[in-house]
Amino acid sequence: MKQYIIRRSSYSLLSLFLLSLTIFFFVRVTGDPATLLVEPGASAADIAAIHQRFGLDKPLWTQYGLFVWSLFQGDLGQSFYYQTPVFELYLDRLPNSLLLAFVAMSLSLLIGIPAGIMASVQVGRFWDGFGKLFTLLGQSLPSFLVGLVLILVFSVYLGWLPSSGAGTPLHLIMPAFALGWYFAASHMRLTRSSMLEVLGSEYIKLARLKGLPQSMIIAKHAFKNALIPVLTLAGINVVVMVNVAVVVETVFAWPGIGRLLYEGITFRDFPIVQGVVIMGGGMIVIVNLVIDILYAIIDPRIRLES
Amino acid sequence: MSTPADVIRLPSPAPRFTALRTFRIGDFPVIPVLILGVITFAAIFANLLAPHNPEVGSLAARFKPPFWLAGGSTEYLLGTDQLGRDVLSRLIFGARVSMVVGFTAVMVAGVIGTVLGIMAGYIGGWVDQVIMRLTDTWLALPALTFAIFLAAIVGPSMWNIVIILGAVYWTRYARVIRGEVLSLKEREFVRLAIVAGCSKPTIMLRHILPNVINSAIVLATLMLGVVIVTEASLSFLGVGVPPPEPAWGLMLSDGKQGLMVGYWWLTVFPGGCIVLMVLSANLIGDWLRVKLDPQLRQL
Amino acid sequence: MTGAPLLELDKLSTHYVSAQGSRVVRAVDEVTLSIHAGETLGIVGESGSGKSTLALTILRVLPPAARIVSGRMMFEGEDLVTKSDEEMRHVRGKRIAMILQDPMASLNPLFTIGDQVSEPIRVHEGESRAKAWTRARELLKAVRIPSPETRLTQYPHEMSGGMRQRIVGAIGIACEPRLLIADEPTTSLDLTIQAQYLKLLGDLQKAHGLALIFITHNLGIVAKMCDQLAVMYAGRVVESGPVSQIFNRPAHPYTRALLNSIPVMGDPDKRLTAIDGQPPDMSTMPPGCSFAPRCTSVMPRCREAEPPPFVVGEGRISRCWLAEPATGGAELRVAGGVA
Repeated sequence: MKQYIIRRSSYSLLSLFLLSLTIFFFVRVTGDPATLLVEPGASAADIAAIHQRFGLDKPLWTQYGLFVWSLFQGDLGQSFYYQTPVFELYLDRLPNSLLLAFVAMSLSLLIGIPAGIMASVQVGRFWDGFGKLFTLLGQSLPSFLVGLVLILVFSVYLGWLPSSGAGTPLHLIMPAFALGWYFAASHMRLTRSSMLEVLGSEYIKLARLKGLPQSMIIAKHAFKNALIPVLTLAGINVVVMVNVAVVVETVFAWPGIGRLLYEGITFRDFPIVQGVVIMGGGMIVIVNLVIDILYAIIDPRIRLES
Repeated sequence: MSTPADVIRLPSPAPRFTALRTFRIGDFPVIPVLILGVITFAAIFANLLAPHNPEVGSLAARFKPPFWLAGGSTEYLLGTDQLGRDVLSRLIFGARVSMVVGFTAVMVAGVIGTVLGIMAGYIGGWVDQVIMRLTDTWLALPALTFAIFLAAIVGPSMWNIVIILGAVYWTRYARVIRGEVLSLKEREFVRLAIVAGCSKPTIMLRHILPNVINSAIVLATLMLGVVIVTEASLSFLGVGVPPPEPAWGLMLSDGKQGLMVGYWWLTVFPGGCIVLMVLSANLIGDWLRVKLDPQLRQL
Repeated sequence: MTGAPLLELDKLSTHYVSAQGSRVVRAVDEVTLSIHAGETLGIVGESGSGKSTLALTILRVLPPAARIVSGRMMFEGEDLVTKSDEEMRHVRGKRIAMILQDPMASLNPLFTIGDQVSEPIRVHEGESRAKAWTRARELLKAVRIPSPETRLTQYPHEMSGGMRQRIVGAIGIACEPRLLIADEPTTSLDLTIQAQYLKLLGDLQKAHGLALIFITHNLGIVAKMCDQLAVMYAGRVVESGPVSQIFNRPAHPYTRALLNSIPVMGDPDKRLTAIDGQPPDMSTMPPGCSFAPRCTSVMPRCREAEPPPFVVGEGRISRCWLAEPATGGAELRVAGGVA
């Protein structure tokens, strides 16, 4: 067990190293990174200061050392526009992003799980086909489009919901739905396959043989077992949601990390863009590590593998 | 004694929901292929088909609605945008952008991913380690965020977007192709080729590549939809194809302002085009997947 | 046997139909059998001979691809084939119960033993939770589970395989069914626990006067446990009758081959004979007798026409041309229907 955790953690460390190397490499690939890291139209003195700070006149490996060292200190650079450290901005916006992600996740589970169960109970019939259509649409409709259509219907024509901003629960509904839409499809698919696996098990057969009503077999015996993998995926997806919400947050002007990234783009504020990418990649590597270790604790078979 | 439940209904198998089938005749996805065909046709002959210049409008004709609404005219069939440019012409030229970016980006990603996947799978050892660790790491980066980061570095242009999307998405191919190669490596014909003294490059090129090309094609079709959505998202966020080039994502982004005051045609038409194209690509991809490579069904 | 049988299968057929309807597998084909109260019927055959499908047919919990296509199942005077799903649900677990092959997988890992044992009582008899749990405790005692009180609140993974199998047995007898079907209930247990479990089943049968259908491929168990025997091959009952008679004078070549393949204790010199060949592919059955390709006493006619069930003695039938009465023709006695 200990060995597994050590091996798995060292993989993650390697991933984090490669991640930093990737970012470092791309920032320098087009030439002088100082042009990215200073405000457009900065003076020669400002550029010289950046050179000094990141050691841009030193050899590459020294530069990389400085880069990683500053990351370790939680220094993601200074935003030009806000004139504050990017890390602070990130932490400021994180609660909003998490709030949106949790609501979107709840919505996607509320839609995905029942739909998946319906599809699994009716393999090859109406609800299953409906579910397939739903999955296809979930994969094919870009979230900004879903967002715009929601605004058109609920804000413009019906006038029920505010089209942008934050502050009230009403502000959350449409962005959460637009973000949760794609995930609902993937949760539906997983619920369906997980249910089918459970429904084929011996203990479900025994439940039938006991003469239990179909509703009780599904709701009591199958559902609880089928839910475990779905909830695991949902746990990972909350983090993924925080990192893919940029389009939805832009459409609805939701003040989260995605919106921060968008501001970084529009104000040509490169440290913000870089900071969001680093944090996003790092979070996903770490969450994957945590999930793998939790699984190994729950399921002894994984530990024995390879 | 009510209905005999599962008795004597032998000849009729369970009725199947046919919504998905309506997209098809027999097995072949006719309508998706037709849609992609029309979009391709529009992309190729955009110069001839478009009634107006997509990049120049007349300020006198701003925000004209589609022809069937009051105030619309047949001169601008689908209306005009905030600069008085013809929406239909922009959609037609936008097809060109989507097609060019979609296909070339999928090819760039496919070539990089397939080559690296074959190398990782066949050569193994430290080559495999390096490639696969890099693949895993890049897969951990949220695709859209990564693409935005790259776009912020290299600056927006149509060809830069192609390179960026190639750089972001090659990892998906590399992982699948490597897996395929690992199992191909154990097959008789590859072993025979080794015994016969073929060099490694020859084996990879002559024996491995032809056997993974099916999977690569299926993946490419499925990736087409993903790539088009990402391209549209980048354009929507302002780091994609730069204006005044008419990209569908850009049109949506511009149209968003008009949405609140009821200029719905500026968002609905480009949005519809994106959905139709992505839906078609996904349906064709699903069909190809079942047809060409049943093993890939799990993807 | 006197009186009407408890369960009487009459030319019962269950087929598996592929999704396109092009392939049909006759998993259970014109099976005629009967069992009386208090009796034990053994059903033997190789894997894939249709034994388990027959059991699932009786309880009507078939997989979606399977259909009962013809025949009757008279149980206590009612035809189970024509019952509605809801009516059938009240038969399952209450009047007919079944024990599955794999005790390790038969219990739901997420619910306590008490919950799972008391479930049929609560569903079929509408008992309160407390009363049902009290009865569950009695049931655990009846299947000789030590300290039943604490076991009730435990989960399946906290128990050994033998114990879980007894719990499955307790679930089977929870509502005091008239008929218990045991589908290879001992294959996954080790030998001592097997013997204990078989004894337990025998005792339960005596105590409750229930009829037992024992599905197995172990003829040793049949010799020990059963009164009646039915031998299945490729979906058919090829021979049936009282166990002692069949063991002494098997009428069907397949039964003979099966009996020759059991090791006999204390006779190390006796050669075991395996049956050559494979069971047939059930979706592409050859014409004639399905055992013909593997039969040592095959005749030309076996490959042309299928033998009907011939009566070969008191309550015995055999589906083999060898069993055809010498006179033949008009006096041909064919067993069938409700004989």
